[in-house]
This record gives sequence, structure tokens and C-alpha cells, in this order.
Amino acid sequence: MNARERQSAPAAQFGQRAAAAVADAHLRKSFRGAMDFLIARRAAQFPDAGALERQRALAEQIRQYSLARLPDLLEQLERKLTENGIRVHWAEDAGEANAIIVGIARRHAAKRVVKGKSMVSEEVGLNHALEAAGIEALESDMGEYIVQLDGEKPSHIIMPAIHKTKEQIARLFAEKVPGARYTESVDELIGIGRAVLREKFMRAEIGLSGVNFAVAETGTLCLVENEGNGRMCTTVPEVHIAITGIEKVVEKLEHVPPLFGLLTRSATGQATTTYLNLISGPRKPGEKDGRNAELDGPKEVHLVLVDNGRTQAYADRQLRATLQCIRCGACMNHCPVYTRIGGHAYGTTYPGPIGEIVSPHLIGLAATHALPTASTLCGACGEVCPVKIPIPDLLIRLRGEAQHDARPGHAPLVGQGAARSALMDFVWAGWAALYTRPALYRAFAWLATRFRALTPPVQPGWTASRTPLKPAARTLREQLLERGERN
Amino acid sequence: MSARDHILRRLRSAPQTDAPQAPDARAFHAAERARQPVEDRAARIARFCEKMAFWHGEVVKVTRRNWIGKVRELCAAKGVATLLYGARTAHGKELAAAGVAGLAPYERPIEEWKQALFENIDAGITSTRGGIAETGTLIVWPDASEPRLMSLVPPIHFALLDAGQLYDTLLDAMFDQRWSGADGNPLPANALLVSGPSKTADIQVTLAYGAHGPKELIVLLLVDEEELR
Ligand code: SF4
Repeated sequence: MNARERQSAPAAQFGQRAAAAVADAHLRKSFRGAMDFLIARRAAQFPDAGALERQRALAEQIRQYSLARLPDLLEQLERKLTENGIRVHWAEDAGEANAIIVGIARRHAAKRVVKGKSMVSEEVGLNHALEAAGIEALESDMGEYIVQLDGEKPSHIIMPAIHKTKEQIARLFAEKVPGARYTESVDELIGIGRAVLREKFMRAEIGLSGVNFAVAETGTLCLVENEGNGRMCTTVPEVHIAITGIEKVVEKLEHVPPLFGLLTRSATGQATTTYLNLISGPRKPGEKDGRNAELDGPKEVHLVLVDNGRTQAYADRQLRATLQCIRCGACMNHCPVYTRIGGHAYGTTYPGPIGEIVSPHLIGLAATHALPTASTLCGACGEVCPVKIPIPDLLIRLRGEAQHDARPGHAPLVGQGAARSALMDFVWAGWAALYTRPALYRAFAWLATRFRALTPPVQPGWTASRTPLKPAARTLREQLLERGERN
Repeated sequence: MSARDHILRRLRSAPQTDAPQAPDARAFHAAERARQPVEDRAARIARFCEKMAFWHGEVVKVTRRNWIGKVRELCAAKGVATLLYGARTAHGKELAAAGVAGLAPYERPIEEWKQALFENIDAGITSTRGGIAETGTLIVWPDASEPRLMSLVPPIHFALLDAGQLYDTLLDAMFDQRWSGADGNPLPANALLVSGPSKTADIQVTLAYGAHGPKELIVLLLVDEEELR
């Protein structure tokens, strides 16, 4: 078994977690309300369907072009960043990424790392690795901070604490934040978080962040945010470490505005975020005599480029589209399954439709083969995706890959065929035999209709929430023949 | 082989797709612009003010003649006792020459006065490189004389914006100011777009201002005398 396959909870538990979530009226109300809100906000940003389609076509082209040139762009990015004084590290998997970051922290004898929003750091389990090394890792995005304080994981990639009500957060703060009194005022709650975290920004030796876009031509890391905690993490501590997936690179700076505009409007229905933070280097030392030296900003900036299964998606022409994603979360917001079960039920870092198509590459199909089945294939995700990832097609493809060996000409995925069972293979073989032999088929159909009274009233997996299947009294063929005779 | 070599080798050995044409954001932008009426300065100013107000940024129109007086007025009204400024900038020198009360120059490396910056400064005033009307956005390029934290740590951020430097869109600003550095003018180590005070909707999607950065953003928009109205 590959290391990636072992990491996650068994796929079999997905059904149980989903069932529990569906039964939780409170949770469903939270998600339904929040998702309806986000759907309406996004829709208001795109009043002109034609303009939206043109923008999506451009965004798709930018992402596909960047991916087509990915190895070249990564090398160009590395060259440019290095020229700008940013150190570049490469990690093949989670373990390597964590070792690099822990190594940098140790070199600086750091005790505290303050973190801006980074899904990749969640993906590699960085907090755990830092804590194991005796280093405090504190989330500073308000939602992430709340979730971390309660010992939970984010339930949405953009709104991590969306599953919590303000009353729950009020209780949490009163209980866990020293000196905080109970208040249900959102402004006051944010004020409490602000005070705690400002103290942390001041004291932390290292700030960690994710990256939304990395620009190869200028050697620039772009961070999108509303709160200002990202700016704090990347500006106040002496060392800034950015961590990101290898797919985030674009060739030119002019490719950023079209993606940025779609990202913020698709994610939260905002025409822009409060901040777009473009980082192209550490604090400048100025001239020899110290004139024109910058007075703040990190003295060291690092970028950790993480593969962790992305090259597997890249190796397949169809699955490569997964890497077009700009992590806006719109596919979750519009997903009827996500809305009903929430983010935690998936058991993976990335929930919802994007999680269903990317997680199999990150942690293998053995642990995730149930996820691509958590879809009605209604198509909403693909329709709202700003970079036009054909999510439903990819779901169908992954469902198949979990059931059979790699097709000729395709390299096997990690966990290829993991959902396969002898019974299922037998049933399908029988089905194929019946449907390719007309005489056999007719005999079967005759028997099934004549002995329909014998169909069992309990059909495992089906009758749990549906009425039993029962063949009709006559086959369709017989009915049609009869009708022909009548006329 | 290093992780870098392994990753690059895997990427290079992947099947090639028909590479899509290089995206031309400039041509796309020009085509989209051609569909819309051209806005003049007055319309651009109006749009900027409307959008900035939407983000809870306060826009105060000022002129070269009265802006220092306005700063004084606003500071008094908001109870600003210490105003962080860049003493080496042209506008900084004007503020100092006018004897504005409470001026605090940013002149030492952050390590030497971090706590004081976080705890004792009420407001910061910075210049901008322009604004974006479409989204109500400021372009802020910190440098040695106006460091990065001036627009982030103090609870109030005053930003000077020349109405002549308003662009319709972000791409217009990028192209016109040549951000990609192809011919001079490369990006500074840190460049920022700022649209309003910091905010969050992380608690029950309820919007709250002053999440981690400034709680208030006040744009001093430099206009001509007759545009003051
Ligand atoms: S798959 Fe598309 S819709 Fe979903 S998060 Fe990624 S970019 Fe957004």
C-alpha cells in the first residue's frame, strides 16, 4: 500500500458520515442558508450571461495554456523567484513538504508559526507536523481560527466555519479564550479574535501562507483575501513561508486579473476582495550605506512547491483538467449533495465536487472511491465552474477507474480498481452474457415477468429508502407486439 | 535525483495535449472595452466613489490647497492622536511643514518598535499609485519611505489618491503603468490592491469590519477646485 493510500479514513465510512449529517437538522439548516446566500450573491455578480461565458472561456484558456506549459513555467518561476531573492523548495509528497517547513523553522529556532489561509497546508497536515516538532501553529483566518480552537477541520474551502452558528462560537470563545466574556454580537466576537491574533502576529517568528496564483514572468506570489491576516502573516514575521501546489503557476501577470475577477465573484459574490497582495521579494536591504533600506517585510521568503499526487492527474489528458481549479468553492455552493451533508462528511481536506475529483489523486482511490459517487450528476458544478472543468465527466471517469483495471494506454491510478468486488464483476459478466444472446435474453425476460410474484420485498441497498423493484407483468416486447396486433 | 527533478520529469513525460493558443488578455480586454461606452474623468470619479463606498471606504474630495486642513479636521473628528507618515515623501514634508499635530515618522526597522506600532499608533497616511474605478480599489506600492505596515497595522488608513490616476480597470492600470517590468518599472517587493477596510464574513456569513487590518479606510481624493462642488 502506498503512503498516500493509508492516510485517509476508509471510504466505507463515507456513507455513515453522510447519513449522520443528513439526520442533523441543525447542520442542514446552516448549510442550506449559507449556500443559498452564496448562490444569490454570485448570481448578482454575473447579470450578463454572454459576458460570463466569454470570461469563462478566457479563464479556461489561461489555465489550460498554463498547464500545457507547466514544467517550463515552473522552471521560469523558480528562476525569477530566485532572482528576486525568494528561495524555492520542491516537495514530492506531504512528508517532504512538512520536513522542509519544519527544517526552516528549526534553523530559525522558531517557537511560533502564524498561518494565513492555506488549503495545501491542511492537505499535507502541516499543523500536526509542526506541533510534533514542538512548534505552535496558529491559524489566523477568522474561520480557521474558530475551527482550530474547537479542534475541528474546515467544512468549506472559503468559509471554514460555515457549519457553526454564532451562538456556538460565542460559547466557544467564552470557554476557550482567556478573559473573553459571552457575547452573541458578531462585531464583538470578531473583536475578540482580532485582539488575540494581533498579539500572535507580533510574536510569531514565522508567517505561513498559501498562494492563489504564482506568476512566472515576474516571480510574483499573489494572495487574495478580505481579512488582512494574510498580509499580517506575510509582512510582520521575519520569515515568510508560502506553500502551494505545483499547478498554481501562470505565465504572465496579465493572466492574473481575469482569473482574480472570476475567483472573487464566483466564491463570495464580491467584485473584488479587500486585498490582493502581490509578493515579489523579501525586505530590500537598500544601498551599501543602508540608504533606501526597507523598514519592514520578511527578511526571508520561501516558496514550497508541492506535488502530492498532482502529477498523477497531470499524466492523464482528461484528468489533467482537475488542475485547472482556482479553488473558488462555487462547485460546493451549488452542489445538492454538499448542501445536504456539509463539508465534514467527505472526510477529506477538499470537500464537495472539487474534492471528489482531486482527492483520489492526493490520497488514492482506495480511500476515496466513494466520493465520486456522492453526486447526482445534475451538472451544476460544471456549469458554475469559472474555469470550465467538466466535473461530471471526471466523476464518471473516476467511478469507472475505481471499478476496473487501467485501460490500455493509461497508467494505473493509485488505488486503481479499489471498489471492485467479485459479486459485482459476476453480476456484470452475467448481464453482458444475457444482453449479447437474444435467445437467452428472451428466456430470462419471460421467466422474470411470469415469476414476478417471487421478487423479494427486501432488496438490500435499494429498499432502504425506495419501494421494491418488481418486473412488469409482460415484457415491453410482448406489450408492443400486442399493441401492433390490436391496431 | 532531487524532488525537483522527479516532479519535472514526471511532468515532462506526461502525454502532450494540443497546447491552446497563448491567451491574449490585452486583446480580450480591448474587445470587452469596445462593447462598453467610454467613461470620462467625471464618470470615473463617480464610479470610484460609489464602489469605494460599497466597501465601506470613506471618500473625501480634497484639493492641493485644502487637503492638509482636511487631514487635521478628520484626525480631530476621529480622535487620532498619532499619525504615522513617511517623512521623506513630498506629501510627508508638506504635512510636517504645516505642523500637523501628532505626526509620527516611520523611520526605524520594525523590529525596533513593533509593539509601539501595534499599540500606540492611531492612524497611518500613505500615497497611492492610482485607483481602479470598476471595483473601487486603491493601488498601494509600499517602499523604503512608506513601508508595508503603514497601511495595515494602524486602525485607520488615510490614502492620498490623485483623481488623474484613476483607471477604469485593473488591466488598464497594469498595462499603462507597465507592471510586468518589460520596460522599466518592475513590481516592488510588495504591491497591494486595497478595496475598503479589512473585513470578514466568517461568522454566520455576517459581515464585520476591522478583521485584522484597518477598521476604517479614508480616501483623500485629490480633485480640481471645480470638481469639489
Ligand atoms: S472546480 Fe471549479 S468551481 Fe470548483 S472550486 Fe475549482 S474552480 Fe471553483
